[in-house]
Amino acid sequence: MPIHDQGYRRYAGRREPHGRSWWVIARAGIQERLRERRFLGLLLLAWAPFLVRAVQIYVASSYPQASFLAPSAATFREFLDQQSIFIFFVTIYVGAGLIANDRRANALQLYLSKPLTRVEYITGKMVTLVLFLIGVTWLPAILLLLLQIIFAGDVSFVRANLFLIPAITLLSFLQVAVAAMTMLALSSLSKSRRFVSLMYAGIIFFSAAIYQALRGITGSSVWVFVSPEDTFDVIADAVFRIPGRPAMPVPAAFLVVVILIAASIWILERRVRAVEVVT
Amino acid sequence: MVTVSLDKVSVTYGTQWALRDVSATFPGGAVGLLGPNGAGKSTMIKALLGLVPPDRGEMKVLDLDVRTSPLLIRARIGYMPETDAHIPGMNAVTFVAYCGELSGLPRADAMQRAHEVLYYVGLGEARYRNVETYSTGMKQRIKLAQALVHDPDLLFLDEPTNGMDPKGREEMLELIRDIAVNKGLNLILSSHLLPDVEYACEHVIVMDKGAVATQGPIAGLKGQGGRVFELRVKGDTDRFIEVLRAAGLECHSTDEDVMRVFVPPSPDGFGATSPSSQILFQLAAQHGMQVRHLRPSLPTLEDVFARAVGEP
Repeated sequence: MPIHDQGYRRYAGRREPHGRSWWVIARAGIQERLRERRFLGLLLLAWAPFLVRAVQIYVASSYPQASFLAPSAATFREFLDQQSIFIFFVTIYVGAGLIANDRRANALQLYLSKPLTRVEYITGKMVTLVLFLIGVTWLPAILLLLLQIIFAGDVSFVRANLFLIPAITLLSFLQVAVAAMTMLALSSLSKSRRFVSLMYAGIIFFSAAIYQALRGITGSSVWVFVSPEDTFDVIADAVFRIPGRPAMPVPAAFLVVVILIAASIWILERRVRAVEVVT
Repeated sequence: MVTVSLDKVSVTYGTQWALRDVSATFPGGAVGLLGPNGAGKSTMIKALLGLVPPDRGEMKVLDLDVRTSPLLIRARIGYMPETDAHIPGMNAVTFVAYCGELSGLPRADAMQRAHEVLYYVGLGEARYRNVETYSTGMKQRIKLAQALVHDPDLLFLDEPTNGMDPKGREEMLELIRDIAVNKGLNLILSSHLLPDVEYACEHVIVMDKGAVATQGPIAGLKGQGGRVFELRVKGDTDRFIEVLRAAGLECHSTDEDVMRVFVPPSPDGFGATSPSSQILFQLAAQHGMQVRHLRPSLPTLEDVFARAVGEP
């Protein structure tokens, strides 16, 4: 009897219902990243600002002479602003290869020949990135708020700033959604994760530079919409109720975000296919 | 039992027809999908998987409509693509188990079956190696493993022996035959290699230029009456082939100056009682050709293919 006769038998066990493949994809992506020490180092680094802020809140709560360190709504706004750099690095580290690597290895036809839809595939890839991004934005920010309650021993700060929870949530999720969608769209355009990383970095820095140049030349901040980072500043100031005149109307800033997400979906719809038809 | 049926299916890529009004039925067991490169074999498989939408026509796989139930179909089929394909960054057992999970197996079962299937396809010893370090032959085997892991009812194998050395090819064909004969799986083997289809399949569907040229049991197609001769003549071979064709005989050259001539049971103009070899001698004499070699031969799938696609 050939040896292969011993290795195959029919399967009569349970089968999972459809619609759960996105989690299989996301879980595999998360596990793959967590196996990398460099990435774990990046995550630890991303939590360093949290530790600093936690100490600040502890000192302000415990020592009256350090009350000038007491947190305000602006503290949380600044914290999320600081985390932007980690959003950038985590997005590049995790996101650049999410679809690009699959395209390089012709894996899309394998994925899409299984009982899963393109939406499930993209969702699985996006969840991988989104969970890590939430882990360096929303999660530490909410934990800081929790620490404030614990160290202060009352909820007066939170009660006085009830808008903080939705503000943190809205800003974090918008930042994460735009970063994840943009990166996935870029990742679907190439087979090289390095090229995707360069494209993403180029878009972030180049758009900011163009905005600064246009503002310098025209003396008007109306061009803020060309820079996603600066557009987020407008939204952040609005949701955290930071006084000042925004560079653009807040609804327009939200519109920019919607346009970015819509453009990313448009690209993904065209690029994530099992069969690439060149006519 | 019919595993796959197509009814007047047409697929276009831009302005190019990939499939044109294709109607075919695939019986159970091992069915070969044979045709030259560009005949539309891979497009047909991708259309059956729901990956390429047809412009018109109806397709059914395992009695499920491809248009309305693509996910149910994909849960019950295994697909081995033609090109190199793997999930990057995984070793073989993780990759195959991952594919099993994507196909609906619970995690533990997927891992257990991944080990079993990798042994079955001959990659047991290499199952902890990263797939990216595999040779071409090993990559073909692991593509088969990922298609098998969830125990499909129907396998689509697209050019499974591509790039394999003779020994590897033989082993792959042996595996394919074992899957169909001993394991009871239905499979569709798409190939441009006649010997592969002839070795592994009982039925064949021959495609050419996006259409079905002929279909049926291989034994039946090979024995459609008439006789096949190997013929070598001295003189202008090309001109004599034209003469034979003008006389209603099907003829195609093989290698060098040997041609295979198919003589139908009752060729027009020669009478039903004429011994078939006599016809060839008569034609040679009439056109001043010298017959150097004439030997009766057994019909092969190559003859069926050549007749179906009108190959010179």
